[in-house]
Amino acid sequence: MANQPDLALQESPHSTRRDFLYVASGAVGAVAVAGAVWPLINQMNPDASVRALASIEFDLSAIEEGQSVTIKWRGLPVFVRHRTAAEIEEARAVPLSELKDPATDAERTKEGHEQWLIMIANCTHLGCVPVGESGDYDGWLCPCHGSHYDTAGRIRKGPAPTNLVLPEYEFVSDTLVQIG
Amino acid sequence: MTTPDHNIHSTYQPTSGFERWLDERLPIVRFGKEHLLDFPTPRNLNYWWTFGAILVFMLTVQIVTGIVLAMHYVPNVSLAFDSVEQIRRDVNGGRILQATHAVGASMFFFALYIHMGRNLYFGSYKAPREILYMLGVLLFTLVMATAFMGYVLPWGQMSFWAATVITNIFAAIPVVGQPILELLRGGFAVDNPTLNRFFSLHYLLPFVIAAVVVLHIWALHVPGNNNPTGVEVKSSRDTVAFHPYYTMKDLLAIVVFCIPFAWFVFMAPDILGHPDNYVMANSQVTPTHIVPEWYFLPFYAILRAIDFNILFIDSRLGGVIFFAGSILILFFVPWLDRSPVRSGGYRPVFKLFYWLFVVNFLMLAYLGAAPADGTVLGLSVPTFSKICTFYYFFYFLIVLPFLPRFETYRPLPASISENVLGRTHS
Repeated sequence: MANQPDLALQESPHSTRRDFLYVASGAVGAVAVAGAVWPLINQMNPDASVRALASIEFDLSAIEEGQSVTIKWRGLPVFVRHRTAAEIEEARAVPLSELKDPATDAERTKEGHEQWLIMIANCTHLGCVPVGESGDYDGWLCPCHGSHYDTAGRIRKGPAPTNLVLPEYEFVSDTLVQIG
Repeated sequence: MTTPDHNIHSTYQPTSGFERWLDERLPIVRFGKEHLLDFPTPRNLNYWWTFGAILVFMLTVQIVTGIVLAMHYVPNVSLAFDSVEQIRRDVNGGRILQATHAVGASMFFFALYIHMGRNLYFGSYKAPREILYMLGVLLFTLVMATAFMGYVLPWGQMSFWAATVITNIFAAIPVVGQPILELLRGGFAVDNPTLNRFFSLHYLLPFVIAAVVVLHIWALHVPGNNNPTGVEVKSSRDTVAFHPYYTMKDLLAIVVFCIPFAWFVFMAPDILGHPDNYVMANSQVTPTHIVPEWYFLPFYAILRAIDFNILFIDSRLGGVIFFAGSILILFFVPWLDRSPVRSGGYRPVFKLFYWLFVVNFLMLAYLGAAPADGTVLGLSVPTFSKICTFYYFFYFLIVLPFLPRFETYRPLPASISENVLGRTHS
């Protein structure tokens, strides 16, 4: 801007009316661009059909002691394991000081339903599905990076930072569980 | 178009009335003659310097085969796997087109690693080529992102679990990790929205890459090429015209490069892949031994090596920090290396560390493919991975900055022409 009026303005020691207008219109423009970009990003978030699959009911009666199944909730695999007495005993015998992410066996299950262990089946490291009844602690072993979980799904060894995540769930009756 | 380059004195003389008319309006012929035909190029470039042209060739192959594959591919979880099989079995010539694209990714990375290794050895990243070099590192990250998303498209087991593991890397970021994860996936788990957006971006990114390649070549044509001596061009005696000397050399290299490429495509199109990817994606079962494609293995080994907490940083975030750091550190190499001598050929001690770095990088690749509970050379895989990860960073953070304090360089030639033609006796 080399024309005469501008030069006169720039010589003024204080910020001018024109400077203010430049900044103000620039700021309004930036807000408008951000507002236009947001829907273009937000469309990537989970859509209504994905969010709708929030809650399921599952009948436990067919699962024998020592058996586990993997069910699907919100697109995620979920382990439902009917634990044996020996497994419960093994989980309870572990002192909390040995655990990377301390939690008692009781905290990992519901009172009166200690035989049922219900957990999101994605390794807390990078999301692979661990293999059941394997690893050094008789629980789960993640094949991807070698995380070992015990019979309460607690992390014992390997790169995973936390125990297998428990979904929100409650027992509707002794054999019916509602997840989510 | 004019460049600030002083090496180029225009050699273009419009010969016809039409050429003069065009030259005054759009000097495109002049631009092509100056930058593609007559560009002064050091006369001593060896075959390691042909990989730039090979990479341009590979990018073209991938874009052309990719466009035709997209005419048959269906980005939907129930159809994607079958549509790839249909391409391989039913589409006319589809077996070769799909194999060329899939093997092409591997050949692309092979050429890319050679190109980067050449750069690190001959110190091509040093001033005044930092921007040229950083654009190259940017291209490397873009190519990795593109290859990763392309690998997800066939929707096999490896595709699905690669997508799960790699998107989960973002979940390690404190506070915003989980929202970012859901934003990337478009759901709580990898599913149809993820596949769709990966297809969209996989189609977009190659054109972004092509645009950055233009900037990369522009940044190359300002200072001109580095060369095996690392001594800058001093006179026209040091250079030859790009055409025909290097167009022909590059062309020969491309032809030779195509021999193994064609062997893979025609004889063993699946040998670089993984059998598990011929099982359709299943979100309930992870294959017992998942590994990324070979070209990601060294970085995957670094990610996996961090299986311990570092102060308040848990092992997962730690792995992600080292994984990201192993790539981001490349951007700082021009400032980490304090050596006044460019080429590794004149640095006797650097050479040892460099080749150890190459062996270490290959070792990381081997470890990335080894089962987490295995042993290699008597050491457990996690221990060995930690040692190799340590050396990877040691090279950049200790060797490059501090070695120049102790190293005695071999005498540099006075010029490129002296190096090639012998000392002049005049």
